[in-house]
Amino acid sequence: MSLTGFEVEIQREVDGGLTTEDMTLSMGPQHPSTHGVLRFVVRADGEVMKEAIPDIGYLHRSIEKISEKVGWHGFMPYTDRVDYVAAMFCNQGWAMAAERLASIEVPKRAEYCRIIAAEFNRIQSHLLSVGSMAMDIGAYTPFIHTVREREYINDLIEELCGARLTFNYMRIGGVAWDIPPGWREKALSFLERFEPLIDEYNALISYNKIYTERLRNVAAISAQEAIDYNLVGPNLRGSGVRYDVRRDLPYSVYPELDFDVPVGSGELGTLGDCFDRYMVRMREMKESCKILRQCLAQLPQGPVIAKVARNFKPAAGDCYVRIESARGDMGWYVVSDGTAFPHRCKIRTGSFAAMSIIQKVSRNLMIADLIAVIASFDLVAPEIDR
Amino acid sequence: MAVSDPAAVHAVLRSHFGDAIGDLAGTRPDNAGTTVAPSAIVEVCRFLKTETGLAFDCLSNLSGVDYPKRNIIEVVYHLYSYRYRHLFVLKVEAPRDNPAVSSVAGVWSAAEWQEREVFDLLGVTFEGHPDLRRILMPEDWPGHPLRKDFVEPEEYHGISTSRESLLKT
Repeated sequence: MSLTGFEVEIQREVDGGLTTEDMTLSMGPQHPSTHGVLRFVVRADGEVMKEAIPDIGYLHRSIEKISEKVGWHGFMPYTDRVDYVAAMFCNQGWAMAAERLASIEVPKRAEYCRIIAAEFNRIQSHLLSVGSMAMDIGAYTPFIHTVREREYINDLIEELCGARLTFNYMRIGGVAWDIPPGWREKALSFLERFEPLIDEYNALISYNKIYTERLRNVAAISAQEAIDYNLVGPNLRGSGVRYDVRRDLPYSVYPELDFDVPVGSGELGTLGDCFDRYMVRMREMKESCKILRQCLAQLPQGPVIAKVARNFKPAAGDCYVRIESARGDMGWYVVSDGTAFPHRCKIRTGSFAAMSIIQKVSRNLMIADLIAVIASFDLVAPEIDR
Repeated sequence: MAVSDPAAVHAVLRSHFGDAIGDLAGTRPDNAGTTVAPSAIVEVCRFLKTETGLAFDCLSNLSGVDYPKRNIIEVVYHLYSYRYRHLFVLKVEAPRDNPAVSSVAGVWSAAEWQEREVFDLLGVTFEGHPDLRRILMPEDWPGHPLRKDFVEPEEYHGISTSRESLLKT
């Protein structure tokens, strides 16, 4: 999007004949706090924004088109690149879509491996989100703390699947590798150490006066608005809607697990403000620890992958799989025409919806608040553009 | 009382919109739905959103699928109700040579960007859309990449879109 059409300046006279005009600023596509390559065209009157118009597409890699060319198994590594901060969920979404179309039963142990990997990934993603949010607001130390813990999770996942970012761990019908010997103990000792740290982060930054003043009452979104714009995950729950795909549209082994769904309550200001969205993520990390402990305790024996044909051809039809990714309800609309190549794969992501509401919520905010808003939505640019 | 069963939702739609509603299709809760005549889509959506017992308050997904053999582009709407936790799928068929469907951006705000994406990648024109521009591809990109017969241009502003295989010796 060029700046053409946005340079319409409003000239006006104020007292004493002083003329002021609106500024049109381009923030991004490379900007340290935009969480990836994205751009805003900001119309501002001094420090106050009239609106911030998002401009996306810089990271479009035509992943949906690629799905039509590489075959069902071959697409799995590409799903990692849809949301590389939380790649396990993309793996899982794709695997579940193919399994549903072909009516494949996934072995119990594989389901547990998936959930263990996914919940570790959720903590990892939330750690990056809350850490970088603090950094965006101006507190550098919390970022170092959260990224330190994130490294330990990277180590665990690396031992599980050999990769630290783009995992390619899951397969249609199960997972690629079983949990290695001794891994369970390492995972448990990590949780033992990590769980108290969440309280430490809260003491360090969450209720810090300077920090909360930047977040409370900023960009409050009502529950109705959130649903209207199809906000999902922590962004939706921050507005007080107690909805989690894991609980309300259960898949995999989530029905066997006990966990709470934290929601925003407007505890420091307005319901659905930046602080509420931030706190939902903080609390979700605790819930993920709870899920992980149960999974690690209940892990059944057995195979980790079902028998799936190498030349995989699911029956013709379509399906709409929804999973709770770190950025919320992720929708996979997959159409099969019965051949070895998917006919269409549409990935509907949480960041895309969050990006679309920014133009509305940015009105009359300070320019500096836009950074808080982007961070509180936990935008991940590759997920917006695919 | 919630009307959650797809067959019941379909029956309600039939009784209100008659021939504009196709047959009930799909066997699972995630793909059960019906086709809708292009002229009726906005009214059907508004009805589904506001009618008591249906309350589809969320447009969960809007996508397009190209079917060259049937010579149509199908626009698919996945509607979800947070109130009653049920899903229903609507499909609108538009001719490939000049696909035009009425915009539902006035019903759900989420449709605005999703329709832009379908316009960008499949070339479906959404009539009545407030701001129908390309969203992912550059403004001057030729054609619509998710069409099955899309041929990638050899270069874009002097930049080659292909490269020699790295495996060549």
